[in-house]
Amino acid sequence: MPLDASAISPELDIFIDSLDSRDGVLMPVLHKAQELYGYLPVTVQNHIAERLKIPAAKVFGVVTFYSFFCTAPKGKFKVSVCMGTACFVRDAQAVLERFKSQLGIGAGEVSGDMMFSLDALRCVGACGLAPVVSVNGKVYGRVAPDDVEGIVEEYLVKGGQNDERHKD
Amino acid sequence: MKLTINNSEITVENGATILDAARILGVYIPTLCHFEMPEVGVVNRTGTCRVCMVDVEGRHNLLPACSTVITDGMVVRTNTPRAVKSRRTMVELFLSNHPKDCLVCERNQNCELQSLACELGIREVKYNGERMKFKKDTSSFSLIRDPEKCVLCRRCETMCNDFQTVGVYSAIHRGFSTTIGPAFDLPIIDTCCTFCGQCVSVCPTGALTQADNTAEVWTALYDKDRFTVVQTAPAVRAALGEELGYKIGDDVTGKMVAALRRMGFDRVFDTNFAADLTVMEEAAEFIERLQNGGKLPILTSCCPAWVKFIEHQFPELLDIPSSCKSPHEMFGAVAKTYLAEKLGIDRQKITVVSVMPCLAKKYEAARPELMYGEDRGYVDCVISTRELARMIRESGIGFQSLPDEAFDGVMGESSGAAVIFGVSGGVIEAVLRTAGFLLTGEPLQDVEFHELRGIRGIREASVNIAGRDIKIAAAHGLHNARRLLEDIRDGKALYHAIEIMACPGGCVGGGGQPYYRNDLSVVRRRGETLYECDRKNPRRCAHENLEVKRLYDEMLEKPGSHKAHELLHTKFTKRTGY
Repeated sequence: MPLDASAISPELDIFIDSLDSRDGVLMPVLHKAQELYGYLPVTVQNHIAERLKIPAAKVFGVVTFYSFFCTAPKGKFKVSVCMGTACFVRDAQAVLERFKSQLGIGAGEVSGDMMFSLDALRCVGACGLAPVVSVNGKVYGRVAPDDVEGIVEEYLVKGGQNDERHKD
Repeated sequence: MKLTINNSEITVENGATILDAARILGVYIPTLCHFEMPEVGVVNRTGTCRVCMVDVEGRHNLLPACSTVITDGMVVRTNTPRAVKSRRTMVELFLSNHPKDCLVCERNQNCELQSLACELGIREVKYNGERMKFKKDTSSFSLIRDPEKCVLCRRCETMCNDFQTVGVYSAIHRGFSTTIGPAFDLPIIDTCCTFCGQCVSVCPTGALTQADNTAEVWTALYDKDRFTVVQTAPAVRAALGEELGYKIGDDVTGKMVAALRRMGFDRVFDTNFAADLTVMEEAAEFIERLQNGGKLPILTSCCPAWVKFIEHQFPELLDIPSSCKSPHEMFGAVAKTYLAEKLGIDRQKITVVSVMPCLAKKYEAARPELMYGEDRGYVDCVISTRELARMIRESGIGFQSLPDEAFDGVMGESSGAAVIFGVSGGVIEAVLRTAGFLLTGEPLQDVEFHELRGIRGIREASVNIAGRDIKIAAAHGLHNARRLLEDIRDGKALYHAIEIMACPGGCVGGGGQPYYRNDLSVVRRRGETLYECDRKNPRRCAHENLEVKRLYDEMLEKPGSHKAHELLHTKFTKRTGY
């Protein structure tokens, strides 16, 4: 869902204005922006560069350095496959591969209908349940590749119900 | 602060680094990423390459000499086995991730990484891991980015951010994918890059190089149906020699002209002729603004990097630069009209080649408003001083044994005022000489304005002409331009005329000149040569140029005429971009 410049909410500017200084505040501003928009598209990064009077290349440099920041929109359902050590040795790779083929997207991507996004991440702190998958914060433990279809199905059903955001 | 380096004791100022102290002592420590130009306040002390590692007593780890500030009583050893081994290892690691095409690289024999590998006696690359793959950016007319050859020294970033305040480059992405590039991975053509080429000037390897236009020039020279005309910018003559066995600052004008003739150019002309023409037009425009309440200050518009800078960064101030084209564009316009007519040659058959100290001129020649017809520019092709040197070597001309020859007539004469266009402060000095004459009706007593010369970022002068105090400024480096423009915008700067050049020292330090390797004394020497050329010229002022006079008599009527505007003036465009 690309954002155009006019869609930048006043909340971000209010936040920037509330800061004591314009120096050294790039990180908190980026955190705030990602919280507001879910991701950091070019228009938002550029807006931040202009407001903080720093080159856009610097903003982009920081955004692409930290894996926490993402420059592509996330899906309605954010699927995260844990690739931490415990999950990794219990073949989380196979689970990730199955999600990729099931959803038709790669890690770090979002499906064309904006329903699902897929990420591989490091330890979620539930190693006893390895391999672990979380969807919008809900944790699934001891996931086998064959469970993947069922999990996706669960959200496809949910996705069809009271979906305000994707009506158009 | 007292310290010992390799058993020699030295006392240095607070805040000095180990490298500073070592250089004072004459102890050599190899470096790669480090560079500084204190004269203009630029320092790259990122400490990223780890080539300058030294042993410090009491410290478990080796420390980078370039970025370690001295503490009192420090005992440093630069040549312990582990320091030497560490240096080698660092360079070997760089080589393991570096393309091995040195033989055909633009920077072959002129590359700091290659020199280091040679100096450290590296004979094999021990580490054969995966090499990072990046796409070359060939989007612009001026420069080529090849991130595979980048050693992440960040000199380009320092030049672009600190000296030019343009901010195109930053370290982007992470880990092995890290590269120094523009925002959003944009091709450089889509950024606010001014194409000044200073990133190319400071790049230690072939990661940033000029766009190569030599092939087009050879094609035109070999084509018997084309009439080839070449012009050389003032700053070229003071630097070309460095590439061809001469000392820094040697003036090689005569041999350069001879070489160009032997390469096959039908006419060898001087951009200085057009610089005199620029003075005539700009002085007339200045006087017209001064006397009729026009917009002041007037800003020079010879430097295409500076022009692009104001278009991006201060689009609200586009009515203050002079509307004059840059000299080489004026030359192109005159060559394809006046000269074509004089020689009875169809202008479609003429190829105009500019030899420039500059990479931005390559981009400038492609600006649509400087074209006539669909896609033909008044200037067809721009090559840099370095490219000309390469062409001379390639053609097997024994440069040093050439006779000194003179430029061809019609567009070859020039005054001393023209040659100083190549050094920061020279354009405005040249304009003052002629404006002074035009305002008072008599020649100025002293044509040299020493307050406007030198390497300081912004120089100022107040000159009394015809009972009026004229306030002048000259600046180099776009960070200084930004300061002046902010003051103008805020109504704080009360100048009548300002000259701005993007590169350190003006065109003599241009992005297309032989690499000055962060040594501004090289740039200064070239500048002194141009002032010397000026002094030796019996004609010191543009209005004394007889060929320019003839051009006005036969075609342009007078400076600022309708015809002059049509051919010699241009317009500027508001631009955005990151």
